[in-house]
Amino acid sequence: MSSEWPLWEVFIRGQHGLNHRHVGSLHAPDAEVAIKHARDVYTRRNEGVSIWVVKSVYIAASSPSDKGPLFEPSNDKVYRHPTFYDIPDEIGHM
Amino acid sequence: MYAQLVKSEGTSREDMSPEEIAFQGRIDRNEKIEPKEWMPEGYRKTLIRQIGQHAHSEIVGQLPEGNWITRAPTLERKQILLAKVQDEAGHGLYLYCAAETLGVSRDELLERLHSGDMKYSSIFNYPTLTWADMGAVGWLVDGAAIMNQVPLQRTSYGPYSRAMIRICKEESFHQRQGYAIMMKMANGTPAQKKMAQDALNRLWYPSLMMFGPSDKDSVHSAQSMAWKIKMNTNDELRQKFVDQTVPQAEYLGLTVPDPDLKWNEEKGGYDFSEPDWDEFYQVLKGNGPCNKERLGARVKAWEDGAWYRDAMVAHAKKKASRRPVAAE
Repeated sequence: MSSEWPLWEVFIRGQHGLNHRHVGSLHAPDAEVAIKHARDVYTRRNEGVSIWVVKSVYIAASSPSDKGPLFEPSNDKVYRHPTFYDIPDEIGHM
Repeated sequence: MYAQLVKSEGTSREDMSPEEIAFQGRIDRNEKIEPKEWMPEGYRKTLIRQIGQHAHSEIVGQLPEGNWITRAPTLERKQILLAKVQDEAGHGLYLYCAAETLGVSRDELLERLHSGDMKYSSIFNYPTLTWADMGAVGWLVDGAAIMNQVPLQRTSYGPYSRAMIRICKEESFHQRQGYAIMMKMANGTPAQKKMAQDALNRLWYPSLMMFGPSDKDSVHSAQSMAWKIKMNTNDELRQKFVDQTVPQAEYLGLTVPDPDLKWNEEKGGYDFSEPDWDEFYQVLKGNGPCNKERLGARVKAWEDGAWYRDAMVAHAKKKASRRPVAAE
């Protein structure tokens, strides 16, 4: 039996009100220790107000080679952007 | 606004427990409240009602515009309308997820919509009769929604605030595409201009109703404002909306259907007629022109989709049993 600790992904909320952002990963035997380690590894300079950890095996990720099929379809949908529409300045911000 | 008449449940300041006083202090200091933190039961319940109603409005709000997708006048207009309706679905999903962080399940929220226990904005119980309505909905209805949603980006509940920030970023396109339709129609043939005027006539007062009842009749505002889940009073937002919209109507060469509309130099805003509040309460009670049709369409979509949801779960289970999950 391997005694290697599992890998955890670490997410930090930098400031009140913001989303947690992925900052990196670390090894730990369980969630409680993972949070302690994350505190020591990723927030030594007061970078956060909250920490999330999730075991890396639970992250499902898209494959880099899927980038085209996933994201290219939105490239030609320029009408999803507000700047596509010519609205005269006189009518104010819209 | 997409949440009207949300009942707020709070405790008066004298009766507050030490936890409640500390909680209110955090809100007063503009700290965000996050899902797992302590919060008064009334705050949690009021937010579930408000965010739920907001989410339901986004979802039901797809119906009046969905009505015109197959009849859009050009392929470009069809793509634009489709993209907008897709956005509304997305906005509903952001908001349902925010509500779920408060401990209510998605199915329960939908069940409460379908049973009539939870409401959606009264505006979506009006019909969209002509193509000009697609312009008026984007311009007026999304315009009114933006007026309400921009200040809610600063609301005290973190997940709600973040959903609002995302939504507001996407909302500008909605209003601009609507106004662009109105410009086209108002500068078109006399018949087209008449359609644009007719759309404004029908949707003006229902749009004013979106902000909810007049402040003097709005009983739950004070608590919700103390909790910063409501940032402005209904009348403040309605006034801002009128002040912004009237010059836009003038630019189009259209007439706002209010004979008493008049610029008031002293207050620096327009004086205008209030909507017919009896009509508003009737629509909320379920007696608007399209209430049955809208709710019927939602319930049917949910029931017709049951086989698909079940099939996806069965398929996921089968896959899981074939390929054991990577060892932890």
